[in-house]
Amino acid sequence: MDFFLNHFYEIASMILFGVGFMGLLLHNNLIKKAVGLNIMDTAIYLFLAQRGFITGRVAPIMGSNLEASVEEYVNPIPAGLVLTGIVVSVSVTAFFLALIQMLHKKYHTLNLDEILLKAKQEKEKKKALEESEDA
Amino acid sequence: MSDPKNHENHKNPFVAWVNGETFRKEEEKKAAEKKKKVKKEVDISVHHDRFHKIYKPVCVVLCCAFIALLIFVCIKTPPFGITDAPTNNEVAQKYIEEGLEDTGATNIVAGMILDYRAFDTLGESSVLFTAVMAVIILLKKDEDRKKEMTEKQKQIEARQQKEEELNDRHRDVILKKTSGIIAPFILMFGIYVVLNGHISPGGGFSGGAIIGAGLILISQAFGSKQTKKFFNFKVFTIITSGALLSYAALKTYSFYTGSHHMETGVPHGIPGAILSSGFILPLNIFVGLIVACTMFGFYSLFSKGEI
Repeated sequence: MDFFLNHFYEIASMILFGVGFMGLLLHNNLIKKAVGLNIMDTAIYLFLAQRGFITGRVAPIMGSNLEASVEEYVNPIPAGLVLTGIVVSVSVTAFFLALIQMLHKKYHTLNLDEILLKAKQEKEKKKALEESEDA
Repeated sequence: MSDPKNHENHKNPFVAWVNGETFRKEEEKKAAEKKKKVKKEVDISVHHDRFHKIYKPVCVVLCCAFIALLIFVCIKTPPFGITDAPTNNEVAQKYIEEGLEDTGATNIVAGMILDYRAFDTLGESSVLFTAVMAVIILLKKDEDRKKEMTEKQKQIEARQQKEEELNDRHRDVILKKTSGIIAPFILMFGIYVVLNGHISPGGGFSGGAIIGAGLILISQAFGSKQTKKFFNFKVFTIITSGALLSYAALKTYSFYTGSHHMETGVPHGIPGAILSSGFILPLNIFVGLIVACTMFGFYSLFSKGEI
């Protein structure tokens, strides 16, 4: 029980990560896959943020007291890392969604299985055409 | 009522529906036909693979095992919120104790990401820039892409354009009025967050995102024609590449002066004042410009296929 209280945020972030991963694996809808990827990103932010936190200390922004001591502020490094993570996840999501939009324009569906099936059929059609031309 | 003909055309289906319900029936027939087609396709794909039957349970079991493994690893990590965790080492101590003296920023995180680790932030901005370029390559409608289109796609495009014109004419009055009041304040708040990045919470990324959201609200409320007056593709290109290039130019000095404790020659000023902390303020502005343009660019590329 003590373990769960001490590592509450870590366990939550791990479960979130697993949920996002499960979404990536189980859903056929490409938009839902993108959502799963974003949930995984969020889990990583939660993990990083809780690693930097120290009980009883405040965010590393100095007010009127300019004489800084380590005992007052939380660790600033995870905040910078989370910022990097957010930017990269936004870029990856945008690229992912653009690719999905292109796929939807071509195949008129978001279902990955149907897209793969249609692509396969197209390939077979092309092959058959080429063979008939050769003959 | 500038265009009565168009207005009538827009209303006709509704009138027909009220009078004789002819329009509704046709629509229903079409929908039923579409449903039939879709059902046939799905049937093929279900029969396609026996693999799918095993796939889902195996996935669930694997993911649960994965989560259990990750939680098991958590046992070895130090508990939440303690002082002497190995992550709170001498690096964080140096940033907090000497950050103000080295960078002049009272926001230690801003001092860290825009002075000590400015190259990292340059990389982040270039990642955003690259993402926008990739989305432009994929989605922007230009002359070459219009030539490649089939006739069906052209018809769909024409229909979408007509719908957009109708939307422009009948824009929501409530949204228009409220966003006319709110949008200037959103933009002003975004600029405030960018300019105060080194002395308060915030900075280029968050402020830029706020400005981008304001621009998106304006284009939603007043139509893309209004935003195009001051924000077209040329302006977008100049701002993003210009800001990125000036960021890189401002930060190359550390190549010549050495990596540790970089002497910029720019005075740090009084800590807490807006004009302080050397290069952090201009770097924040450049990052904010890039992020704002990127956010708005994503929105307009996804919704209309052009900036």
